[in-house]
Amino acid sequence: MTPEFALQYLINALSLGSLYALMALGMAIVFGVLRLVNLAYGELIMVAGYTLFVLNDSPLPWLILAAGAVAMAMVASVLTERIAFRPVRVNSLNAMLITSFAVSTLLQNAALLLVSPRTRAVNVPGVLSQNLDVGGFNVSMANVLTIIVSLGLLFGLNLLLRRTTLGIALRAAADDFPMTRMLGVRADRVIATAFAISGVLAGVVGLFWVARIGSVIPTIGAGPLLIALIATVIGGMSGLSGAIVGGYLLGALTVGMQLLLPQGLLDYRDAFTFAIVILVLLVRPQGLIAGRSAARVG
Amino acid sequence: MGSLLTGVAILIRGHRQLLILIVPIAIFAVVTQLVGGTLLGRIAIAFFINLMVVLSLQIFTGNSGLLSFAHVGFMGIGAYVSAVLTMTPEAKAFAIPDLYPALVPVTLPFIPAVLIGGLVAAVVAAVVTFPIMRLREAASVISTFALLVIIQVILAHWHELTNGPRSLFGLQPYTDLPTAALWGVIFIVVAWVFRHSSIGLRLRASQDSEPAALTIGVNVVRLRWIAFIVSAFIAGFAGGLWAHFVTTFSPRAFYLIETFVAVTMLIVGGPRTVSGAVIGTVIVTAAFQGLRTIENQINLERLLPFQVVGVTEILLAVVLIVVLTVRPGGLIEEREIFSGPGGPLGPDADSAAKAPP
Repeated sequence: MTPEFALQYLINALSLGSLYALMALGMAIVFGVLRLVNLAYGELIMVAGYTLFVLNDSPLPWLILAAGAVAMAMVASVLTERIAFRPVRVNSLNAMLITSFAVSTLLQNAALLLVSPRTRAVNVPGVLSQNLDVGGFNVSMANVLTIIVSLGLLFGLNLLLRRTTLGIALRAAADDFPMTRMLGVRADRVIATAFAISGVLAGVVGLFWVARIGSVIPTIGAGPLLIALIATVIGGMSGLSGAIVGGYLLGALTVGMQLLLPQGLLDYRDAFTFAIVILVLLVRPQGLIAGRSAARVG
Repeated sequence: MGSLLTGVAILIRGHRQLLILIVPIAIFAVVTQLVGGTLLGRIAIAFFINLMVVLSLQIFTGNSGLLSFAHVGFMGIGAYVSAVLTMTPEAKAFAIPDLYPALVPVTLPFIPAVLIGGLVAAVVAAVVTFPIMRLREAASVISTFALLVIIQVILAHWHELTNGPRSLFGLQPYTDLPTAALWGVIFIVVAWVFRHSSIGLRLRASQDSEPAALTIGVNVVRLRWIAFIVSAFIAGFAGGLWAHFVTTFSPRAFYLIETFVAVTMLIVGGPRTVSGAVIGTVIVTAAFQGLRTIENQINLERLLPFQVVGVTEILLAVVLIVVLTVRPGGLIEEREIFSGPGGPLGPDADSAAKAPP
């Protein structure tokens, strides 16, 4: 293995892992407070993608469009919570889960109806397709940016969760929601915040995901949803650090399998990763990084 | 054996409700067969096949309380297995060029092939689901979801059996309305007997309180496993009938959209009851077909300047969310339809077990 190849592999794995970690984190933060596996999570990424598509011809700089896309994903996330999840929250966990399935179907078909079932091209800024020269090695700019933005986001989120009242309430709620409520924290507010953060993360993931593909279709969220599921299960469903670890692990695993598996078996890659998911659930249901379990809010 | 006998005994005592459930459906099938046109006949066949899938989900979810997203995958297994078994060697040479040579000359009659499809689905379920039956809540749901994805990936890549992601074609349209209706009614009885059998009772007890069920010696994991195997058989059987109804299909047919439709039917009707499963299937099939017809008509006559797609799914999703909000137990929640004040098991036997949350 040449050094260039090793560096390439490392950067690919890190960049993919960062993206996966953000996906998993957005899923885990909602799971933490609600015990809800949000199957509509992938559609938030779709919302960000279609916002970019709608703004394709806008003269504004790309960064502002990107901010708009992230904002739309956040709004969509908070709206789904307010309209769909809050009314069924008092019922059962299964009811919430099926609701998220319904929301996912609803948003996907809305995109089908309002835009098109076909792939739509999205403008991607030239920066993302450039290559960077690092000490004689060629490194893709998109990968480097993904890593930098993800790390920045993780750092910022860490600050938010540790230093602000809302963040502390959120962590407390993930730990023991009934107790947190008794101490005077408003459940609705904490849950809405969790969905807002989840939406922002999905939005940022959406930017990079769409930039990688260069287009958007109604089913674009399916891949990220599965990845987020796998990563959270591998890392552990009960803590946020677990989701991050799971994301990076899965990134390394994916790039590694791409490298090592023969083509015939590569077709079955998703089956392999999902078999790993079931195995982890069986052998170590708390995930690799175990947190404390918590009661669900009704 | 004992549990089966109890089930049959209760079935006889409570047979009036079962008849009320079956008779209208049977009349509908007979009338459609005699006077209905081709279109209505096809809708009726689709209804009965959907009904089987929903009943299979009900047997597992309704009794154990665990959601499953994997059942449509088992339907796919049944569809492919039965298809490979009924097709003539000539048809196989065209449709599945990479098929294992040993399977090429095999040509079975229709119903035996469909039964084998169901059995294979049941065996696969028996092998892969035992360990995941001890999972609960999120872990349980994610693992059945993972199972659906795994089955999908395997169906889409096993060229030697399924022709890969491309369509499989050249099946004979064996599935007619009498066959579909007969088996639909048979599986209603099966689901009913299962629910009232001692296995069903113990499972429903475990759904209401798992610790309490464990303390009285209920082997929850094993019973869930049995329920899953029975339901996978029915799903696989339904898949076989469906394959010989549409005659051309690809692995994509057994994925998220179908899962969504089946889950909607079950939840709208009420997952805990057999009558709920039946009524949910009736309502959602009627709504689905009606909306689809309107959608197609709008597109055909160009009433709107753009193509209308997905409205049916959107409205179904809205209905599902509304039902979950307003009536989370579905239309028929706890007690079977028309069960009167006493019900088949004496006063409030079904609802008394439900503990306050």
